[in-house]
Amino acid sequence: MTEIRRTTNNAAGTAGGLPARDGLRPPLSPLESAARVRRLGSLYVLEHWLRAMRGYGWTVLLTAVGTPLVYLFAMGVGLAALVDANTGAGGVPLGAGRAVPYLVFVAPALLATAAIMVAAEENTYPVMSGFKWRRTYYGPQATPLASRQLVNGHCLGVLCRLLLTCGLYFLFLLLFGAVPEASGWAMIPTAALGGFAFGLPLMAYASGIEDEKGQFALVQRFVVMPLFLFSGTFFPLEAMPPAVRWFGWISPLWHSTELGRVAGYGQVEPAWLTVLRVCYLALLAAAGWLLARRVYARRLGT
Amino acid sequence: MSQAHRPDSAGRGDIVVSARNLTKKFGDFTAVDAISFQVRAGESFGLLGPNGAGKSTTMRMIGGVSRRTSGELAIMGLDPDRHGPEIRAHLGVVPQQDNLDQELRVRDNLIVYGRYFGLPHSYLRPKADELLEFAQLADKARAKVDALSGGMKRRLTIARSLVNDPRMLLLDEPTTGLDPQARHILWDRLFRLKESGVTLILTTHYMDEAEQLCDRLIVVDKGRIMAEGSPAALIREHSTREVLELRFGSERNAAVAAELGGIGERQEALPDRVLIYADDGEAALEQVSGRGLRPLTSLVRRSSLEDVFLRLTGRSLID
Amino acid sequence: MSRQTLGGTSRKQPAQLPVLSGRPLASLYAGNVRAVFARGLKATWGSNWAITASGFVEPVLYLVAMGVGLGSLIGTVEGPGGERIGYANYIAPALLAVSAMNGAVYDSTWNVFFKLNYAKLYEGMLNTSLGPLDVALGEILLALLRGALYATGFTAVMGVMGLVTAPWALLMVPAAVLVAFGFASFGMGVTSFMKTFQQMDWISFVMLPMFLFSATFYPLSVYPEPVQWMVQALPLWHGVELLRQLSAGAVTAATGLHILYYLVMILLGLVLTTARLRRLFLS
Repeated sequence: MTEIRRTTNNAAGTAGGLPARDGLRPPLSPLESAARVRRLGSLYVLEHWLRAMRGYGWTVLLTAVGTPLVYLFAMGVGLAALVDANTGAGGVPLGAGRAVPYLVFVAPALLATAAIMVAAEENTYPVMSGFKWRRTYYGPQATPLASRQLVNGHCLGVLCRLLLTCGLYFLFLLLFGAVPEASGWAMIPTAALGGFAFGLPLMAYASGIEDEKGQFALVQRFVVMPLFLFSGTFFPLEAMPPAVRWFGWISPLWHSTELGRVAGYGQVEPAWLTVLRVCYLALLAAAGWLLARRVYARRLGT
Repeated sequence: MSQAHRPDSAGRGDIVVSARNLTKKFGDFTAVDAISFQVRAGESFGLLGPNGAGKSTTMRMIGGVSRRTSGELAIMGLDPDRHGPEIRAHLGVVPQQDNLDQELRVRDNLIVYGRYFGLPHSYLRPKADELLEFAQLADKARAKVDALSGGMKRRLTIARSLVNDPRMLLLDEPTTGLDPQARHILWDRLFRLKESGVTLILTTHYMDEAEQLCDRLIVVDKGRIMAEGSPAALIREHSTREVLELRFGSERNAAVAAELGGIGERQEALPDRVLIYADDGEAALEQVSGRGLRPLTSLVRRSSLEDVFLRLTGRSLID
Repeated sequence: MSRQTLGGTSRKQPAQLPVLSGRPLASLYAGNVRAVFARGLKATWGSNWAITASGFVEPVLYLVAMGVGLGSLIGTVEGPGGERIGYANYIAPALLAVSAMNGAVYDSTWNVFFKLNYAKLYEGMLNTSLGPLDVALGEILLALLRGALYATGFTAVMGVMGLVTAPWALLMVPAAVLVAFGFASFGMGVTSFMKTFQQMDWISFVMLPMFLFSATFYPLSVYPEPVQWMVQALPLWHGVELLRQLSAGAVTAATGLHILYYLVMILLGLVLTTARLRRLFLS
């Protein structure tokens, strides 16, 4: 490639060959290339996402391994000693005469919370940064890619990370003996669904922000933190005064936690309620997805 | 889509961009106001105008990332509203503001971008090396984007825009913000592309850039086309051969200008200097001295596109 | 001729400098912390006071959720004086210590990191007569002021919830500032080693376990003895214990020990930070 094919008298005619005509030609014509991208564009975004993830892969992995360990030792073992000593041998009362040890009670909540945290992280600064700081969305904008494929590819990337995080978390739960039921694995997809139910509306919000004035710090403090604390995670929702229980009812985390409890230790609830929870989460996710696609299309024009 | 739309069959001289009454409004504000122009394959076409003239908006419409409000626009014979991906597959785009992926290394930026054209790794790996060579960045292949200078980032952005081997390149203010040396290196690279037959469409508010790179250009102001032609023809048509620049000191320029009546074809009094347009600048300077006026400094130069713009709009290109 | 004159002047100038170098740390410290402090106040109040104010909400949310919600599952626990106290009474002082730590760590790490590496704020400041130590102390003082405001607010909330039971509890505010000072003085020194955002993430890896394991939500006695020793070496445990003792009015010799721990931590932290700043800016 270093061969100089033509000499010029230009100011800085130093090195480098002529590319375009004499250089390598792509194996696809522009129209073939466009057709391919129309079909596979989202996967190219995912590929880009994974490649960028390599840069901080260790952080992701350590978080995915460290968080369950720390929380399980602290809440599942330490705090559980205190709770179980008070509630007696039966454990956390669940109504209908059933009770489980605190570790078993809190395990699905911890897993569902981890999914929410990943969703919160991936759908705030990285999205904002695509439009604003690093402007990484504006590179692909000039290619055959469509903006909706950016949304889909991002979702695929987040799905990968959610499955990795929840999958590892679940292994630790098994290790701690926190999942008595064989159906427990189902808490992985329900937690991921909860992550999307929270993450996609957040993505739509983050993508619409023109000026970052600390909105994400406020989201963290006034949305994520209350979700974490008041969604029946560390104690049954019924332990809260009735006046504030509504917060749990609208919280995607409460629903994904309760689904995890149904799967993890067979918490008893009517089938229609389980279906309703899944539908509610799916609805939130779908609404956020549609909204995000609209905002991306408006800002990118593709 | 017919074969005629394929760039490889678009010979030199075929029309690749055609705009008629192209208009873009943002609310009440008209950014581009019913402009019409055509660009032919292999041509180097410029949009010259000050900031806010509507150049970038026009470029975004050509690039298929901004919808027109009204008028007609065809790129390679395709309507950007319906065939955005197909049009963008034909183009290379160098945006005004660099948007390289800072999280990736220099070479990976080219490869990842190439994937967005659906191109296979087997093509992209050698292509990335070839382009880094072209952009004189081969020794930076493994560097982080952050570590590059402004000129290097610009060259990498240009290299990136060539990854799909486009026959048409859109360059929005390609050298704004670069130091003189970096600009010259960049112009050299662009000149080579032009020589190899790539159609260049560029916006600039630097007249020297327009004169260096453009075969033909339109002068735009407030969303309208003020003039069209080759740089030489525009100067011939709208200005004199030479310009005499006189400085009498900030306070006196305007007052003295009144005493210069009749010298040259016309005068222009700016806050910092007085311009006298004449075919023979030295002769004009003698006339000024003859009237007993003693400027602090005087300079005779060739007319430039800057003078054309001043003549057409009464304002400078760079304010 | 003129060159010689210039040379002569520059040779003469050092003769005037010993006036400054007579004081210790003269090259680092110009005695103008106030300028840095005033800039920080303006910047905080000018742009993001709403966010600053909202930082106070987090420990309150924890207190309500854990104290009321979880408290209903737990009932009473053994307090620092050996008596049984409500779970909310037990965790409230711990949450205050945690919030003092979090605020100080945020201000002295992320905030400083950003200003150091991205905003280049300190470079501008150090082009003036300010020394690195002025900058460091100014930033730390700001963090402490913020910490004091949060602590006062939180103590007031405790009062409203009926969790303040001894007059000693009022001393929780200065004690929280002491805890914050310890973390802030260390945090800034540690941050000066960090070069990338990824490295900054390591700070959270240290903070989360410290938060959860330092007897914040349950007594140390649930751990086996070796683990107890490890936890007792951590700074947060001392902060939690200090505030818990004050809150219950159970002040003993151990209280003094906790205070001593923080005094030593502040001293070491300042020595580290100063040494690092000298290295970064005056080499």
